[in-house]
Amino acid sequence: MTAPLLQVDDLHVRFPISGGGLFGTGRRMLHAVNGISFDLAKGECLSIVGESGCGKSTTALSILGLQEPTEGTIRYRGQPLAGPGAPGRMQRAKAVQMVFQDPYASLNPRQCVRTSLAAPLKLHGITAASEIEGRIEAMLKNVGLTPEQARRYPHEFSGGQRQRIGIARALILEPEIVVLDEPVSALDVSIRAQIINLLLDLQEKLGLSYIMISHDLSVVEHMSDRVLVMFFGEVVEEGGWRQIFETPTHPYTRRLIAAIPDPDAALNPVAAAFAPDATLPDGRRFVSDGSAAPDVFKPPVPSALVEIAPGHRVRLASTA
Amino acid sequence: MTAPLLDIRNLRLGVALGRSVHHPLLKDVTFQIMPGEAYGLVGESGSGKSITSLAVMGLLKKPLAVTSGEILFKGQNLLSRPKREMRRLRGNRIAMIFQEPMTALNPLSTVGRQIAEMFVLHQGRSWGEAERLAVEALGNVRVPNPDRRAKNYPHQMSGGLRQRVMIAMALACNPDLLIADEPTTALDVTVQAEVLRLIKELCAARGTAVLFISHDLGVIASICQRVGVMYAGCLVEENETRALFENPRHAYTRGLLGALPRLGSRSAHGRQRLVDIDSIIADRSTLTETRFIAPRGPEGGQP
Repeated sequence: MTAPLLQVDDLHVRFPISGGGLFGTGRRMLHAVNGISFDLAKGECLSIVGESGCGKSTTALSILGLQEPTEGTIRYRGQPLAGPGAPGRMQRAKAVQMVFQDPYASLNPRQCVRTSLAAPLKLHGITAASEIEGRIEAMLKNVGLTPEQARRYPHEFSGGQRQRIGIARALILEPEIVVLDEPVSALDVSIRAQIINLLLDLQEKLGLSYIMISHDLSVVEHMSDRVLVMFFGEVVEEGGWRQIFETPTHPYTRRLIAAIPDPDAALNPVAAAFAPDATLPDGRRFVSDGSAAPDVFKPPVPSALVEIAPGHRVRLASTA
Repeated sequence: MTAPLLDIRNLRLGVALGRSVHHPLLKDVTFQIMPGEAYGLVGESGSGKSITSLAVMGLLKKPLAVTSGEILFKGQNLLSRPKREMRRLRGNRIAMIFQEPMTALNPLSTVGRQIAEMFVLHQGRSWGEAERLAVEALGNVRVPNPDRRAKNYPHQMSGGLRQRVMIAMALACNPDLLIADEPTTALDVTVQAEVLRLIKELCAARGTAVLFISHDLGVIASICQRVGVMYAGCLVEENETRALFENPRHAYTRGLLGALPRLGSRSAHGRQRLVDIDSIIADRSTLTETRFIAPRGPEGGQP
């Protein structure tokens, strides 16, 4: 087996919150991400799912270098990507790029598509006009746009086309890892299908690795190879997509899956019933059933990810 | 067969540009909602679902105008009613929930007062009594600590709670028809599931009919008994929910259903490629020429 492309080890992110009090005496730490570890292999699509506020975006920002981790290491091809000894922004930009949820908010309305796509190339030392033109043209074709459209401005495109531009801009520097933050949740059903197909085609063609952040589990099931389920800063369950969707074990994962508005489940409620409760290893219990929020200002209850099947791990605490 | 609660007949609606040019946005939209029935309208952005609901509410703003057709509510044409009367009907007999509760609530007033206003305006109650009823209404939509929450301003609440406040406000006067325009699009999946269950249960208990607008076929399937599919201002297919999902007849409906990533559709052998509507429909302009409107069953679509 080849070495993982990206290794995240025991990542913690804490934010200081001033809790009032005279002279800021009530200063508390908000535990946003509590000890997340995962590997990302080349060509893999890893999904991080969870509700708003569970820390999935903070994790992604740390990988992009936009949020300094409080503790833990992030390694890209064995080299640290954050903390001391980390490469600068320019090197990082060639390794990891991001596609945002709302492409209109993330494109400069005063720059035509060509300018938006040329800027990163110029910054990274590609000055020959012919090469810039060639790469922009090839990239636009890759994402299903025509080279002539490069002279238009963001407002002249539809939502789906704008997301294609967002993807083109993320891929123009040929990164190996692309972070997709809710890439299709702002789009209509039919456009959503086109963008999902495009992302899967590009992954195969360019050998990309995806980290997808989403709360839409039907899209996650369709696209991912492995899934991490996050609940208040911790991974509560991780496994291959079949393990997560066919034998979900943690109560929170089950709740998330049961909440998906799926036409088949709505019309045939019997088919949607889950397998009986999993038998847990002796002396272990679930930390929470995922229905009540823990206190985010305290360190979490000690617990560990326990392997219940090869590659399928669930967070359990000891009953003692 | 019972008389429909809402009967929209050949509704045409358009934008008047200058004197003569007229852009039609709705083309002969016809459908009925029975008392107590949940009716879903699905379609992409710009297909005309929201303006249909605004026309029912009498909230169309200027360049938009109804050019022909009728909207009968309990047998009376809403289009010919004076504005005063529409104002009395809105919020009272026909209520609406919007997609983004933050923009629909007044940020300068407590939520308790905003709900109480409904009782004062439509039922002529005193403010004191109305505020007591408002707390009760918040309890009905399962807001925890309703008496404390009634004193909150909208910005102090989460998205899910705000949407519950909207539902409490909409159902305050026990309307006959509730129009819900994408009420859960801005919410997390688990909160969405709770809000949908709430709308379903409350409306079933009170016998309120629902016109549910969404682009999410899964949401529609979980709440509606009958579904209409809109495309480019036309109602292209209408059927009972189960029949529509199991046997879609219109090419556009088939495309829409194929474009949906479904749970359990992926097997160990690989995934089915999602249907790209444009790849199965060569010429979109011909789509509105055929329509499949299934007749209602003898029970008249009653739940």
